[in-house]
Amino acid sequence: MPGFFSPFITKPVSVSQIMLNVMLALIPGIAIYVWYFGPAILISLTLASLTALSVEALMLKIQNKPIAPFLKDNTALLTAWLLALSIPPLAPWWLVVVGTAFAISISKHLYGGLGNNPFNPAMIGYAVLIISFPVHMTHWLSPNGLGAISLSFMDQLNYIFQGTLPAGVKLDAITMATPLDTLKTQLHLNGQVKEILDMPIYGRLAGHGSEWVAAGFLLGGIYLIAKRIISWHLPVAYLTTLFIIAGIFHLIDPTHYVTPMFHLFSGAAMIGAFFILTDPVTSPTTPKGKWLFAFGAGLLTYLIRTFGGFPDGMAFATLLMNICVPLIDAYTQPKVFGKKEKRS
Amino acid sequence: MRKLHQFHGGIHPPTNKAQSNQTPIVQANLPSKLTIPLHQHVGNSAVPAVEIGQHVLKGQLIGCAEGNLSSSVHASTSGMIAAIDKQLVANSSGLPELCITLIPDGRDEWIELDPCLDWLECTHSELRLKLRKAGVVGLGGAVFPSDMKLHASQQKIKTLVLNGAECEPYITCDDLLMRERAAEILEGAQIMRALLSTEEILIGIEDNKPEAISAMRAAVLEGKYQGIEVIAVPTVYPGGGAKQLIRVLTGIEVAAGVRSTNLGVQCFNVGTAYSTWRAIRFGEPLISRIVTVTGNVSHPQNFEVLIGTPMDELVAHAAPLNGTRYYIMGGPMMGVPMPSMQVGVIKATNCIIAASKEIFPPAQPALPCIRCTRCADACPAELQPQELYWFAKAKNFDKAEDYHLFDCIECGACSYVCPSNIPLVQYYRFAKSEIWAQEANQKAADTARERHEFRESRIEREKREKAEKLAAKEKAASAAKTQRTEQPPTLVKTDVNPEDTLQLKIQTAIDHAKEQAAAIKPLNTEQLTPAQQAQIDEIEAQRARIREMALAPVADHTKG
Repeated sequence: MPGFFSPFITKPVSVSQIMLNVMLALIPGIAIYVWYFGPAILISLTLASLTALSVEALMLKIQNKPIAPFLKDNTALLTAWLLALSIPPLAPWWLVVVGTAFAISISKHLYGGLGNNPFNPAMIGYAVLIISFPVHMTHWLSPNGLGAISLSFMDQLNYIFQGTLPAGVKLDAITMATPLDTLKTQLHLNGQVKEILDMPIYGRLAGHGSEWVAAGFLLGGIYLIAKRIISWHLPVAYLTTLFIIAGIFHLIDPTHYVTPMFHLFSGAAMIGAFFILTDPVTSPTTPKGKWLFAFGAGLLTYLIRTFGGFPDGMAFATLLMNICVPLIDAYTQPKVFGKKEKRS
Repeated sequence: MRKLHQFHGGIHPPTNKAQSNQTPIVQANLPSKLTIPLHQHVGNSAVPAVEIGQHVLKGQLIGCAEGNLSSSVHASTSGMIAAIDKQLVANSSGLPELCITLIPDGRDEWIELDPCLDWLECTHSELRLKLRKAGVVGLGGAVFPSDMKLHASQQKIKTLVLNGAECEPYITCDDLLMRERAAEILEGAQIMRALLSTEEILIGIEDNKPEAISAMRAAVLEGKYQGIEVIAVPTVYPGGGAKQLIRVLTGIEVAAGVRSTNLGVQCFNVGTAYSTWRAIRFGEPLISRIVTVTGNVSHPQNFEVLIGTPMDELVAHAAPLNGTRYYIMGGPMMGVPMPSMQVGVIKATNCIIAASKEIFPPAQPALPCIRCTRCADACPAELQPQELYWFAKAKNFDKAEDYHLFDCIECGACSYVCPSNIPLVQYYRFAKSEIWAQEANQKAADTARERHEFRESRIEREKREKAEKLAAKEKAASAAKTQRTEQPPTLVKTDVNPEDTLQLKIQTAIDHAKEQAAAIKPLNTEQLTPAQQAQIDEIEAQRARIREMALAPVADHTKG
């Protein structure tokens, strides 16, 4: 019978379901985000999602590719969510749109679309924004209760779309630098870790509020591992590397180097470990390669955070390691069945 | 408890065995006709030994084994030879092959058989000859002539593995055979053990067949056998692959292209052991086998079926339902779709699944590979299927070979788990067949070049010879002339004898041709097992179709 061939059965699992599960796993982190920082993040998530779907559809149409099956694969939505979560929630609407559009069109579709992009599209979007619009990218919302004034949802909407704040409110009053950024600045000003961490923006382990968001992503990550959507190797190797390196520096000089737990629960470490590095398209495929990749990313994250020019290093660490993936894969091919013993 | 080993990967598809293993094996009725292919085994096709119109008895030889690696074919019942012609057969290529059509006379009359009351009195070569004459081949699917596998080799073969794992979903023929005919299987295994001089027999059965396991264990106890162990192995597909079962039971990994006997293991299917016993003890040739009939039928069950029975006549015994689109021979993981519902059951037919849209829904359109490595996690050969897919699709066949394409056992586990619904195994079949085709072309081209060069050098030589003859003639003529003018003869001095130059040149040409021949690397196709060679032929026919797919798999979306 032409047209039929074995195997005649397949496991009922699809790319679409996998991506949907990954998005579900982001929800605890997002919920905690909203709890501490207000609903502005929901606006950026929606904006990014709409942009991603439109740009994806447009790119598919231009290339004469079938639109429906690809839109349904949920990968564009996931990219949108990851990017939105990396941008300050109060950023102007066009920032989210530009970043998402760039991520989907240039870094995904110009490289061949789903499965062919060498770089993590969300991280490319982030990199473009932080280099092009550094000022806008630093206006992070203060957690509820810490800022001088907290904005209502309508005020937030107004600011995102119109750029206007309620009369008498200054931007500085509602935004602040991130915990990692603050740490870096204060250390530059010859502050000591202990004193810096006494500032109100810090919580138990890392940033007030943001540490709980990180915990939410950790929870989602554990869900993904439990559901076998991702393998544990990459996140565990990444977080362990970051922990050990930060630990060594901290042991050497605790006045200048924060605790390893601070690093794990700050910035994009958690979301990166479980949701960004694990992007299958842009990470290595071999078991050994995954270890190498995660090790490199952990090392680079620490180096950029501690000695580099940016407060967080996750995005650039990911992109730098993405470059190495073909090489890593080529040099870490596992031995096959029956051919493991060294031939003497 | 024996320590079991694991193999990498594997999958757990729904087993769907309960439908067909609830009732005992039933003898299928005599069909209206039998279509018996002459090529049911690995190796050379058998040669017809009967004529149209001839009356044959049940068990009579109708196809003679041709050459060393071949097997005999026998009449499955008594009756009249109605045709000897090419017909569609149970393979995936859909290419007709030479078949003998036998119209049963209904008497089912046996030829006089040559039983053997005590096989221990026979020499090993006598036993092998009996098996060869009885047309016994591997019934696990490989259909390799069994006598060829039953030579004691230089290397000591410590372990005989009997494969009763039956890991493919739906199939229960070995399960039922073990439940009902355990003692005979063990007797057959004893003969095999004697021929191979192995110490132990390990019988591997997946632990989803508790009845078969206990039946076999009871038979071991009852027969007071020494050195036979029935071992329950975990149910993981493809745990019944010979390489995987050997790995699980002994820890030995038999790499692609390596003979298991070189590592001290030989493996047979339980059905082959049973047929071996029947062939030796009763002199019965292999004219029937157990076949599971399942899928889109209301009474899925196992039948003892005469070889050559048309599949639709057999399926009719199981009360077929409407909506069957085609038959699959084998299981849903590695089975092959039948080119027609009327093809005859062959020695390799372990299962017929009536396939409907409900049981096997059409494949979803494929999306691009997202490198999630679920395939690599499932691959029992520990390959990187996503890389092989990439290279096969790009027709980068050298690279595919570097990434161990030929270690792929085509078990289908990768395709099964792929979330992008990519028919990965089809790509590997395509790549393999392309490589085989390239190598065949290369060989043909080399031969042609060699011939051409030889011809060139011959023409050159003939020209030269002519020219030299002419020169000699002229010289002789001019010498005569000078003699006539009474001048002292001046000899033209040549250092080299023209005859020698000629020889030298010819030799150079031949040497050159030889060197070129030697420079060609030994080809992959030269080390093929006959099983692979048989696959080549089958796959060859699929190539065109797969090639289309490889060109534009994504374009399928537009249709859906």
